[in-house]
Amino acid sequence: MTGSGNGRGAAIDPNEVADRVLDMVRAKAAGAEAEVTIRTGTEALTRFAGSFIHQNVAEEKSHIALRVSLDGRTTSVSLDGQPSDDALGRLIDSALEAARVLPADPDWPGLAPVADAADAGHWDDATAEASPDERAQRVGDFVAAGTGLETAGSCVTNATYTAFANSAGQRLSGRATVAALDGIARTGTSDGSARAAAAGLAALDGRALGEHAASKARDAADATDLPPGRYEVLLEPSCVANLLQFLFVYGFNGRAVEEGRSFVQLGEAQFDPAITLRDDATHAGTVGVAFDAEGTPKRPLDLVRDGITAGILHTRRTAAKAETQSTGHAVEGATEWGALAENIVLEAGSRSPEELLASVGRGLLVTDFWYTRILDPRTQVVTGLTRNGVWLVEDGRIVRPISNLRFTQSFLEALAPGAVPGVGSDLSLVLGGFGGTFLVPSLHLASWNFTGGAQG
Amino acid sequence: MYDTATAAVEAALAAGASYADARVMEIRSEAMAARNGVLESTERDERAGVGVRALIGSSWGFYAVPDVGPAAARRAGEQAAAVARASASVSGKALDLAPQAPATGSWSSDCREDPWAVTLAEKGDLLEGATRTMQQHGADIAEASHRVWDTHKWLVSSEGSRVDQHHVECGAAMSATAVGERETQRRSYPGIRGQYGTRGWELVRELDLAGNAARIAEEAHALLTAPECPSLDATDLILGSEQMALQIHESVGHAVELDRILGWEAAFAGTSWLDLAQMGSLRFGSELMNITADATLPGALGSFGYDDEGTPAHPVDIVREGTWVGVLSGRDSAALAGIPSGGAVRADGFNRIPMVRMTNVGLLPGQDSLDSMIAATDDGVLMDTNRSWSIDDKRLNFQFGCEIGWEIKGGKRGRLLRNPTYTGISPRFWGSMDMLGGPSEWTFWGTPNCGKGQPMQVGHTGHPAVPARFRGIRVGVRG
Repeated sequence: MTGSGNGRGAAIDPNEVADRVLDMVRAKAAGAEAEVTIRTGTEALTRFAGSFIHQNVAEEKSHIALRVSLDGRTTSVSLDGQPSDDALGRLIDSALEAARVLPADPDWPGLAPVADAADAGHWDDATAEASPDERAQRVGDFVAAGTGLETAGSCVTNATYTAFANSAGQRLSGRATVAALDGIARTGTSDGSARAAAAGLAALDGRALGEHAASKARDAADATDLPPGRYEVLLEPSCVANLLQFLFVYGFNGRAVEEGRSFVQLGEAQFDPAITLRDDATHAGTVGVAFDAEGTPKRPLDLVRDGITAGILHTRRTAAKAETQSTGHAVEGATEWGALAENIVLEAGSRSPEELLASVGRGLLVTDFWYTRILDPRTQVVTGLTRNGVWLVEDGRIVRPISNLRFTQSFLEALAPGAVPGVGSDLSLVLGGFGGTFLVPSLHLASWNFTGGAQG
Repeated sequence: MYDTATAAVEAALAAGASYADARVMEIRSEAMAARNGVLESTERDERAGVGVRALIGSSWGFYAVPDVGPAAARRAGEQAAAVARASASVSGKALDLAPQAPATGSWSSDCREDPWAVTLAEKGDLLEGATRTMQQHGADIAEASHRVWDTHKWLVSSEGSRVDQHHVECGAAMSATAVGERETQRRSYPGIRGQYGTRGWELVRELDLAGNAARIAEEAHALLTAPECPSLDATDLILGSEQMALQIHESVGHAVELDRILGWEAAFAGTSWLDLAQMGSLRFGSELMNITADATLPGALGSFGYDDEGTPAHPVDIVREGTWVGVLSGRDSAALAGIPSGGAVRADGFNRIPMVRMTNVGLLPGQDSLDSMIAATDDGVLMDTNRSWSIDDKRLNFQFGCEIGWEIKGGKRGRLLRNPTYTGISPRFWGSMDMLGGPSEWTFWGTPNCGKGQPMQVGHTGHPAVPARFRGIRVGVRG
C-alpha cells in the first residue's frame, strides 16, 4: 500500500511507518502505552468563480499522530512531514519528555483492545488517481450547463490511506476516497445551488448539477419579502445535514450527556416517529474508514429508532466515565469536544421530494441554510439564514421566490413528536462541518420560526 | 531553506508559469487543555514543507509537499504549473498582479518570554489551578487552555523577493459553564476565544487567569437565574470591547475582503454587500467610525513584517469618518480593482494557497468611555463577550448573542440579563454609533480561528476595539 496516488511523490507505506514508530517508542520507553495513526495520500481541489477556474490546488499528505501514556501521564504529538528516523525520533522524544513531567490523568482510559474493523469499501482507484484535467472537465460541464449564468464552486478529489497501531496489539488499516462537486449559478438577483458527493468521481455529473443550479437560480430570481413568522418548511438535504450536526455535537455526544449539557434521554420519545437516525461508516452511500482515532472499530449505531432516543456516541474516555464501551467516535485533536459522529444516516422515507412538496399547506421550500450558530445547546436553539433559493409554497404548489430569511429555532422542537409530516426518499450525501458526513433525505417539518428578513 | 524555495520557483517557471512563488514553512505548536481540575490533553505538533504557487493565464496552480528537500520542492514546482495549466479548459481573462517592488529582508515578532522555556509543569499547574478555582466557585464545567505557535517561513518569488520571518504567537482561554434545569450558561475569560497575540508567554501571565476564575464562575452561576434579556424592537445598546471585536470581524473585516467583493468566494464563504464602484463615497457608518487594517501593530495577532506575497506590512484605511475608503487585498485582486496591493495575503500553512485574510482590522478609539456611555444612557442594555455569531453571505444581516448583559436604567448599570442577543443591518447599525471608548480602553483582541477558503484555512486575525454605544437596536430575539 502506498500513500501517494497518481505517481506523485515518494511512496510511504503507512503500516510500515506505524510499526516503526511503535518499535522506536518501545526502545526508548519499554513500559509506555502508545498509539499511532499514519495518514498519507493526496488532496486536490479545483475552484471556480466567475465561470472560470481561478484556484487549482493539490497537496501530498504525510501525517503521523502519536499518543503516549506513562502511568497515565499522557501527551499527544504529531508531525506533518517526512517520517525519517531522525524526525520520528525527535517526535517520540518530545512526547516522552512531556509525558514524564505532566500530572497523571485520572481519567486516562487506556488503549483500545484488539478488535477487527470492517473494510468499509469506500474506495475508488480512478478517484485516487484523478488528474486536474478530470476535475476541470466536471467543472467545465457545470459551467457550460449554466447557459450564460455566472457560476462558482469547487470539485474535490481526495484519497487517504490510514494505518493505526497501538502497543496493546491493535492493528488496523483502511483507505478511502472522496469526490465532490458543489456549485452555484447566479442571475444577478439570485443564486441556485447543486451538489453531489460520493466515493467515486464517476458519480458526479457536472452537466446535470450545473443545469439544476441554473434552473434553481432562475426560479429564485426577483424574490420578494415575506413577513417573518412560523411557517411549514420543506428542507432540502443540505439543510437537514446542517440541522443534524447540532443534535450530534451538542446532544448525542457522550461528553455532553455526562456533563448534563445534552437533551438526550435514552428510551424517551424525543423525536417524531418518522425519525430514525444512526451512525454507520459501513453504509454503501457514505465515505471514510470504519475505525476511529483510538483504533476502536465503528459498528452501525442507532441513535434514534422510530422517534425513540436509542444511543449515545462514545470515545474511550467518555465511555469509561459512563461505564460502557467506546462506540468508535474519537477524532484526533478533539478530546475537548468529546465523541463526534462522522457517518450520520437519517433513514429515508418513501415519498419523493415532489410528493413532499404536494403535502405542504402554506410553507417555504428551503435549499440551503447558512451560518447557523447555536444559542443554547440544551434546548438546541439555533439562529441562521436561508441561502441559494427559498420559495413560498401554498396548497402543495410553489407560488413565488422569497428573499432570504433569518430564523431562530429550536432544532429539537422542529423534530419533536408530531412535528415531522414527511421524510423524503431522496437520500443524498452531504459533506458537512466538524468533518462529518451526512446521508440524509429532504424533510417536511410542521413549523419553523423565521425571525427576520435578510434585509432587516 | 531559501535554496529549497528557489528550486521550487525555478521548476515552476521552467514548466511554463508566468509567475511563481514558494513558501517553505516550519511550524511548531503546542496546546494544553484542562477540564475540571484535570489536565486532559497536551498536544505538540510540527509541520514542515513547501507550497508553490504558479500563475498561468487566469488561474493559480498550487502544489504542496510535506518535505523541505530540494528534489521534492522541484517536483512541487512542476506540479503547481501542471495544475495551473489544467485550468485552461475553463479559463477567463489572464490575471495580472499589482506592481510590487521585490522585497528582501527578515522580520521577527517581539517575544519577551520564550513560551518554550516555560515548563510544561508550570503551564499545566496554571490551567488545572484555574479550573479548580472555577469549580470551587460554582462552575459545573470549568475549562482552561493555552496555545503557542512558532512559525518560520521563507518566501522566494520569481520577481526576486526573498523574505524570511519568524512569528511567535501565544495566548490562553478559560470558561466556566453552569448547568441549570433547562439551559446552560457560560462565562469566558478574557473572551470567548481567549486572548492571543504575536507575543511570548508574557501575554498569558498578564491575563491573570487565576485572578479571574472565581468571578466568571460566579457570573455563570448567577446567569442561570437572571431575567432573560427583554425583546425590544429598538433600544440603546452598549457593547463591550470583546463583542466589538467580533462585530468588526464579521460585519466589517469580511465585508471588505476584495476576493469576496470580486465574487471569488461566492459559492462558499459568500460575497459582500459592498460595490467597488462606491468605494470612496459609500456611507458605512457614523462619523465616529474609523477602521484600519494595520499589520504593523506590535503584539497584535494579525501583525507581520511581510504578507505571503512579500508585500511589506503597512496600514490601510478601510473606513474613514464613516465613509468606506479601502479594502483588504492581494496583488491579483488589487490589479483587478486598479489599486496597490493592501498586503493582506496569507496562508495558514505550507500546504495552503495564500489568500486575502484580515490583518489587524480594528476601530480607532474615540473620546468616551464605557462608564460615560452608561451614565449617558437612560434606558438600554449593555452586552459583552461573544456567545454566538451569525451573518448572511453578503455580510449585511447579522444576529449576535453575548454571554452576559446588564440592564441600563437612568444612567446606571442595573440587574444582570441572561441570553442577550441583538440583530441589525450593517450600515444602519454602524450608522447609529454615537459614543466610542477612548485610547485607554483600546484592546488588541486576537481571533485565532477565522475560517475561510477551500480547502479550509484557519487564519489568525487581530481586532483593536473599544466599547461603543448604538441607538435604536433590536435586542432579545428568541427561538
